[in-house]
Amino acid sequence: MRAPTKALVAVILVVGAAIQLIPFYLAITTAFKAGSDLSSVWFFPFAEATWSNFAEAITSGGILRATLNSAIVTVVSTALVCILAALASYPLARRRTTTNRAVEFVILAVMMVPPLAILVPLYSLLNGMGLLNTYLGLILPLTCLELPRAIFLYTQFLRSVPLSLEEAARMDGASRVQTLWMIVFPLLKPVTATVIILTAVYVWNEFALSSYIMYSTDMRTIAPSIAAFFGANGSNVNAAVAASLIGVIPMLIAYLFLQRYFMKGMLAGAEK
Amino acid sequence: MSAPSSAAAALRTRRIWRESAVNLMYLPAVALFVVFIVIPVVQGVAIALTNWDGYSAQRSFVGLDNFARIFTDENFATALRNTFIFGVGSTLIQQVLGLLFAVLLDRKFRGRGFARAVIYLPVLVSPVVMGTMYYLVFRYHQGALNDILGVLGIAQVSWLSDVNVAVAVIVLINSVQFMGVSMLIYLSGLQGIPAEIKEAASLDGATGWRQFFAITVPQLTPAFAASVVLNLIGGLKLYDIIQVLTGGGPGYATNSLSTLIGRTYFGNQAAGYAAAQGIVLFLIIVVCTIALNWWFDRTRNRLEN
Repeated sequence: MRAPTKALVAVILVVGAAIQLIPFYLAITTAFKAGSDLSSVWFFPFAEATWSNFAEAITSGGILRATLNSAIVTVVSTALVCILAALASYPLARRRTTTNRAVEFVILAVMMVPPLAILVPLYSLLNGMGLLNTYLGLILPLTCLELPRAIFLYTQFLRSVPLSLEEAARMDGASRVQTLWMIVFPLLKPVTATVIILTAVYVWNEFALSSYIMYSTDMRTIAPSIAAFFGANGSNVNAAVAASLIGVIPMLIAYLFLQRYFMKGMLAGAEK
Repeated sequence: MSAPSSAAAALRTRRIWRESAVNLMYLPAVALFVVFIVIPVVQGVAIALTNWDGYSAQRSFVGLDNFARIFTDENFATALRNTFIFGVGSTLIQQVLGLLFAVLLDRKFRGRGFARAVIYLPVLVSPVVMGTMYYLVFRYHQGALNDILGVLGIAQVSWLSDVNVAVAVIVLINSVQFMGVSMLIYLSGLQGIPAEIKEAASLDGATGWRQFFAITVPQLTPAFAASVVLNLIGGLKLYDIIQVLTGGGPGYATNSLSTLIGRTYFGNQAAGYAAAQGIVLFLIIVVCTIALNWWFDRTRNRLEN
């Protein structure tokens, strides 16, 4: 590259990174400021930094309880999505009958259903089943909404795996179940990393359905709890920001550890 | 029929059953879809034909009244317009930024992994958190942008209460948050282009921009298709950022169809009408997705011939 081009590329990258990072910086300065502090949001309050917003988020916002609720819903939904999607993808990838093609088409069509479009009937269905305001009542719909993408990823991946391994196992006298358990499922490990991250991020951050289904304060998940600081208790922005930081930390830690693996998995998966 | 051939037939039936037993593996997933997606969609149609308020046992059949109401409802028209602005606007911006960063971050250099991670970072954050953080940027008093304008001596802007500005701000935040998804899709598309094609083009004298438009862009058609469809569906569904940043206000001015549905159901206790709005939103997404897929398929076939 010529020098001017190189400089331009560097400028674009720095601006892009700044745009993505500045909101986090502003959130940190604000989270440590007292509500009465009217200094510019650009400045960190070195002299008067306070933990009161975090205390407020924890005591009146119930953010720790919300974190626990989100953790339960996220872990169970993610596990369900991985298991059900891995199971479903096998016949869809290996038995291309007309029925199975139709089933695959319907599953992909589910991706187009916006959660808010089925809000009214889903809400009354859950009400009828006694599942409103329960973990299961949120886990099952969110699992459903995340399954199509996971099934798609697993099916695509399996199609790229040659049949010869399975055939060899069958020749050696392994039963069908043994072949699945010992040969096929271990092959799915890399794509499972991608599915876990995508699903966990979605469920952890989900707001629309969570806010309607988990209506009581002690069942609320992270996103609705953060949003609540803008509503009921008036606008307590500083506490909302502190709550946001608490809610973001688990995902950031997970990302830090899985980042390399994740990028690799996403890029490799799409190449095939 | 003689005995042996009927035995053979029985054996064949049994084999077909044995073979299709593997289909049992998708049964749990399909059962969940039927209960939590298919039945609600069907019930949604039934509810949309009534005047149900959402909680009482009483409801009566009103035919297509709720759908007729959509055509005369100004708030619906506003939400519909906004939904398309959110969908099309953020799709366009995300393609430009996603492709730009994919191209810049495709070559090897020090810090590339870090740059990719930073561009992708907001994808991991809840749109609610994104809305909260960007509230600090765009609020009128003590907003990060207005502070800069103040220092420069420029008149401050009401980013969130001026309707047109607020709609644009929502589009921008959504685009910036999810441009990392487009970047990843384009990156994997770029890596899928065989090196020989590029080398051959270079030998023929096609370099720089000419190579980019003649070779790279057509090769990226599948990536364009995936990214555009994904972004458009996401934009048309937009809910969280609006809810946090403007709550659909002032009045009904910045609602999307999704936020309007929530408000119609829980705010105005008009469940029948909200269900009808939901069906319209679903149909819009289905039609857009199918049309786009058809168009991209056609483009791909044309490029291949």
